[in-house]
Parts: sequence; C-alpha cells; structure tokens
Amino acid sequence: MIGNLPFVACMVLIALGMWTLLFKRNLVKLVIGVGLIESGVNLFLVALGYVREGVPPIYTYAPAGAPMVLPTPQALTLTSIVIGLATTALMLAFAVVIYRHKGTLDARKIRDLRG
Amino acid sequence: MSIHAPILAIAVPLLGGFAVPLLAKVHKGLRDLWALLVVLFVGACVGVVAVHVFTEGIWVYVLGGRHPQETLVSGGFPIRIMLVVDGMSAFMGIIAGFLALCAFPFALRLLPEEEGKSLALTLGLLLLAGILGMVYTGDLFNFFVFLEVTSIAACALIGFRTWSSRAPEAAFKTMLLYSLSGLFFLLGVAFLYGEYGALNLAYVAAQLRGSGVDRLALALFLAALLMKAAAAPVHFWAPDAYGEAPAAKTLLLVVNTQASLYGLWRVLFTLYGGLWDAGIGWLVVSLGLLTMVVAAFMALVQTDLGRLVAYGAVSQIGYMMLGVGVGLVTLAGRPDYGLVAVKGGVFHMLNDALTVGLLFLCVGAVEWAQGTRDLRELGGLGHGLPEVALCFLLASLALAGLPPLNGFASKILIYQGSFRLSPILAAIAVLASILLLAVYARAFQGVFLGSRVEVQNRVPAVFLLSMGALAVALVVVGLVPGFFLEGVVAPAAEALWHGRDLYLAAVLGG
Repeated sequence: MIGNLPFVACMVLIALGMWTLLFKRNLVKLVIGVGLIESGVNLFLVALGYVREGVPPIYTYAPAGAPMVLPTPQALTLTSIVIGLATTALMLAFAVVIYRHKGTLDARKIRDLRG
Repeated sequence: MSIHAPILAIAVPLLGGFAVPLLAKVHKGLRDLWALLVVLFVGACVGVVAVHVFTEGIWVYVLGGRHPQETLVSGGFPIRIMLVVDGMSAFMGIIAGFLALCAFPFALRLLPEEEGKSLALTLGLLLLAGILGMVYTGDLFNFFVFLEVTSIAACALIGFRTWSSRAPEAAFKTMLLYSLSGLFFLLGVAFLYGEYGALNLAYVAAQLRGSGVDRLALALFLAALLMKAAAAPVHFWAPDAYGEAPAAKTLLLVVNTQASLYGLWRVLFTLYGGLWDAGIGWLVVSLGLLTMVVAAFMALVQTDLGRLVAYGAVSQIGYMMLGVGVGLVTLAGRPDYGLVAVKGGVFHMLNDALTVGLLFLCVGAVEWAQGTRDLRELGGLGHGLPEVALCFLLASLALAGLPPLNGFASKILIYQGSFRLSPILAAIAVLASILLLAVYARAFQGVFLGSRVEVQNRVPAVFLLSMGALAVALVVVGLVPGFFLEGVVAPAAEALWHGRDLYLAAVLGG
C-alpha cells in the first residue's frame, strides 16, 4: 500500500543530514545532522524487514500460517538506536564543554587546532 | 579454558573495564593491579589464539551454539554470530595485545588521580575490547557494533582533558567523523542484508554477485573505513586526536586506526575478493600516496611535538595502503611481486605500531618532564634525558626507513613490490620517507640537542620500562626481519592474498 515511500523518506532524511553536516556551522546543528542520518539508516533497516501483510514476529501471538516480518532488522535497529544515543550524548557533552570554554557554538570561531 | 580464548580476549577487558571504577572505591592499588592483570590476560589470550591459528589454521568460534564449532544450522545457513580468526586477525590481535601491554603500565604512572584516572583506565580497556572485537569477528553487524564501541571509547579518551579547550574540540571533530563512518558502514551492511538476507561475512561473500547494490555497499564500506583509518583527504581529525589524548592512550588510538585498515582489507580481500576490479586497487594506491605525501608535508610545518609525531603517524598509513593496494591492483593475476607488496604493507602495520607507539611514549615523557610540547620552548633535553633521546632517535630513524631498523625491512618490500607495478609509485614513497627523515631530524634537534637545560620532573622508571620494551622490539625486528616475516607476517599476508577460499570453507564447510 505504501510501496516505496519508506525508502524515499530515508533517502530524504540522509540527504538532509548530509546537507546539514556540509553547510551548517553550529555544533548543535551538526549533532542534529548526524541524528538525521542515523534516523534515515534506522528507517531503512526497519523498512527492509517489512513483509507485505506481515504480523509481528512473535510465535505465540501470530495466527497460524500468517507471514511474519523479519525479526533480524528490528534487532539491528534497536542496537543501532542505543549506539546512536551514546554517540549523540557524547557529542552534545563535548559541545557543552566547548561552549563553556569559548562562549560560542560557531565552528568557524573555534579554531585552536589548525594546520 | 583455552578453547574459549578468542571470546575471552574480548569479554574480559569489557567486563574488567567496568570493574575498574568499582575496585577504585575499594583501593587504588587494587585497581591498578586489576587493570594490569586484565591486560596481561588479554595478552595471553591473543598469544594462544595466534599460536593456534599459525599452526593449525583458521579458528572459528560460534557464540550461542551447543558447542563453539557448530557453525551451521540445518539447511547450511549460518545464523549465529561467530568469531573467525585467520592469520590476519591473529596478527592484528598480537599488535593490539603487545601495544596494550606497553601502554597500560605507562598510563598507570602518567595519569594523575585527580584527573579521573579510573575512568581513563575503563575507557582504555573498552577501546582494547572493541579493537579485538573488530579484528576477530566474522559477522558484519558485529563488526559495526565493535566499530562504534571503539569510536565512543576513543573519543571519550581524546576529549578527556576537559579543562583545556583543545581536547573537547579535537574530540568533537573526531566523533563527528567516527559517527558518520559508523553510519555509512551500517548503511552498507543494510544494503547487503536487504539483498542476501544474511549478516555473516563468509556467507555474504559466497553469495555476492556484483550487482549495483553490491557496488553501492562497497562504496559505503570504502568511505566508512577510509574515514576511520585517517586516509587523506579525511585525515584531518587524526593529528588533533593523537595530539590531545593522554600519551599512553594514543598507542591504543594508533591500533584503532590500524583495526579500521584491517576492516578495509577484510572487506576488499574476503568479502569482495571474488569479483575483482583493479580500479579499487588503484584508488587505494593513489589515496595511500596522497596520504603519505600530504601528511609528511604537514609534519614539516608543525611546532607542537605531539602534532608533528601524529602527522608522521598518518603518513605511515599511506605506506600500508600503498603496499596492500599494489596487491589489490594485481589480485587478478596474483604475480609474485603483488604478494611481496602485501607482505610489506602488512609488515609495516607491525612496524608502524612499534615505532609510532615509541614516539608517542617519548612525547609523553618529554611533556611529563618539561610540562610543554612546544618545539620553540623545548631544547637541550638530551643531557638530562639520554634514554628518552635514544628512544626518540631510534624510532625516528626506523620511521624514516633507515637500515638496520625495522622500518627499513618493511619499506624495502613495499618499494620492491610497487616498483614492479610502476617505478613512479616507489619514487614517491622514497621521497616521502626522505621528507619524514628531515622532519624527525628537526624535531630531534629541537627537543634534545642544544645547551643543557634543567629537567623539571624526573622521568619515572616505569616510563623507561615501557619505552624500553618497544625499543627492544623495534631493534630485534630490524635485526632479524626474516624471522618475523616468516613467522607472523607471511601467514597474515597469505590469509589476504589467497586465504579467501579457506576463510569461506572454514565457516560454510568444504
């Protein structure tokens, strides 16, 4: 019914994220950019595992003979979400520390390490 | 016990790392002893694995099966996560284990208690666990997970000194690159999963048809792993990261970079080894040349000793890429000189770990002694710190590839192999080496020569012990390169060169 819509959505998310990383200079926006790419990839994983008319992959609940959606991509996505949480938290923590030192989040003004 | 060595090498530092802060609550000495014991245990495990792999062939260890050798479920389909240790993985394991053994005693003395020593040790052990996971795993998604474990642990270590503004800046930059690299890799894995419905590296490799989706996935893997291995033009995070992390932990960052390079070789030789295309080989070769030249020129203008050594380290990545890249270009015909180049590239990974590791420990010792790394302020330390000066000299000559040190032994193989492909490649590589020699001569002169200056802080004996271990290893490898070449490098290079069928057979059955 929804056809290829999820795949289009995740390509849009990934493209938006890349655009943010390339053209934005605010550290928090850069973190958001990574978050967008991450959501795109996660959506891609979940969409891969979808089976038309599929039911949740729980043996005791599923009606006999009904097709199930693939369980592996869902497990992968959960793992990936948890990892994403850790990386986002770590990056935001660094952004906070940088802000305390410099009083700005503009990447163009934070240039202690050049060359 | 020893049949579980591959998984213990990963699980023990993972659990041991989290036990470190708890033990610190009990007693600080107990924590230090524990960290050392964990690293010693890991060293023993990688040793056991390496001996087994070099004598009896690929070691497959299946997690969650009835017994660790049960690779397939009925129907000939591998569904469980497995560790597959071949010659190359075992070789990387040895490098990681040996450098960790040198780094941890140094770190125990270097890190001050009030700067969160316990947490730094935890992160170091997590990084070690992640690296070993990356090199031992035989599962694509598992590789991604360990890649992210190393990313998080490494960046936390880089940004550890939050009281200066430089460390968090370096860490943010690195983390951005690392997360992007991790996501690219995951997207590549997702493409392959969508097409073949499996995550097992050997199974996917056997199924791979070379469709458009496969090529897209290959491009994503290449981008992800080159980014994390600090190849030009995305090398700019590495000097910041290496320069800002505590010196002893930089050793683990160097191994982490090499583990990403290992991932690249695994993807190119094992996963995509079946359908070959010399274009990818030329890409690796040209990026390798670019990396070594750009990094050597950048090293020339540095005024901070840490960053100078870091650029030298990035430049060595270029040599490994050149050596193995020549092998990739010639993989279709498999001529002898291709194997020579691959051996050179693989041998250079070991030599790079030893020499760059020693240089970073020297940087740590100099900073400990004088409280600065600025070349304009340093000078005359050779009188007060003759041992450090000797180590720095040995390591820099080795890095520049002068005989009879270890760097020469591997670079000569790279020159030989690449010369046969095209003399220009070898010429550029030699030029970059000469440039590096100039860089390190300048650094040595700036730091150690000149009129005597007072050493402010005596360098502790354990620093010299760690540095001595690396220096001895460096000289021994240089004096008897044949022994190491035959003993550990040849099995690793063979595993890449024509070990693909063995790798697939070990997992999927003859």
